[in-house]
Amino acid sequence: MTNTGLTDKEVISRILLGEPALFSLLVERYQNYVFTLVLRFTDSREDAEEISQDIFVKSFRSLADFRGESKFSTWLYTIVRTSCITFLRKKKLDTTSIDNERTLIQLENHESGFKANTIEQKSRYAMVNEAIRLLSPDDAQVITLFYQGEQSLEEIGRIMGLEPNTVKVKLHRARHRLKEKMEKYFSVEVSELQGD
Amino acid sequence: MNMEEQMEQRLWDYIDGLGSPDEVSAVAALIAANLEWQRKYKELLQAHQLMAGAELEAPSMRFTKNVMEEIARYQVAPATKTYINNNIIRSIGVFFLLMIGGMLIYFLGQLQGGNGDSAPSPMSQYSQTLQNNLNKFNWGKIFSSTYMNIFMMINVILALVLIDMYLQRKRKEHSHH
Repeated sequence: MTNTGLTDKEVISRILLGEPALFSLLVERYQNYVFTLVLRFTDSREDAEEISQDIFVKSFRSLADFRGESKFSTWLYTIVRTSCITFLRKKKLDTTSIDNERTLIQLENHESGFKANTIEQKSRYAMVNEAIRLLSPDDAQVITLFYQGEQSLEEIGRIMGLEPNTVKVKLHRARHRLKEKMEKYFSVEVSELQGD
Repeated sequence: MNMEEQMEQRLWDYIDGLGSPDEVSAVAALIAANLEWQRKYKELLQAHQLMAGAELEAPSMRFTKNVMEEIARYQVAPATKTYINNNIIRSIGVFFLLMIGGMLIYFLGQLQGGNGDSAPSPMSQYSQTLQNNLNKFNWGKIFSSTYMNIFMMINVILALVLIDMYLQRKRKEHSHH
């Protein structure tokens, strides 16, 4: 988080009072979260950057609609979700095909990585990130929002338009599937971890 | 849900701090006493810590600059609630309710007053009366009247105005880019 001493709500009030340059503070605070979430929907970093930029422009334009009833991040992630869904619709891709395609690409990369160089150890966290990318966009989003986005079940429910209990079930299933992926595709690393 | 799934669910709730105090102490006791629960707890806690520590992806170095250059072309739009007047929406609602209510009253009035003594079933009586009334109604009188022509003319003008507004907005958006 950028160290300015100003809370999100204070920054927003000042932007609305005529200091639009302060919006850069919000961009710096949330760009990695937004970019990571968008990458859960698309494999292309270029597309993800374009969508993320569009999300920040949209949020700037509709900043007056942020009533401060939720955290700014929750409100922003709602825009992330709708923008990503619109992007997927425009590209006419369904999530299943993305999932399959993504699994194949990731697997190829992973296997070739092992063949090319087994000395280079991936960090544990990078491995988790790769495993998350093997999940469907919905599963990946729930996990990212809960762990990296620091959103509660209620807040995720607001973002995804679901009841908190449904989110809880979704999160549980997503974690289960993530564990399966890690055991299946990263068995060496997982057994190393369990041996620690 | 099988036993293992139930155990996982309870352990995840315990790790996430979601259970009630009673449930938390029950799970804590199970972890302390049961080796299977202990092993599973360790495994899930490790997964939890890995997920919590997963790295965030970062966009390019120029990202903030790009966004700020882009938003320099725009202004914050006025809040939606300032240009959507609730009274207008309520008035439209009341208008439609009055219209529907009025039509219902009219038709019911026609049904009750139209038929007399012969029909035994109320439903068949009503449908017969409705049929008669519809047959008696001179639709041609409405569709060929001057009022109808005026109404259609207003609709055409409104449609043209809306198309013009839409095209102007499109042109403005295009010139922005």
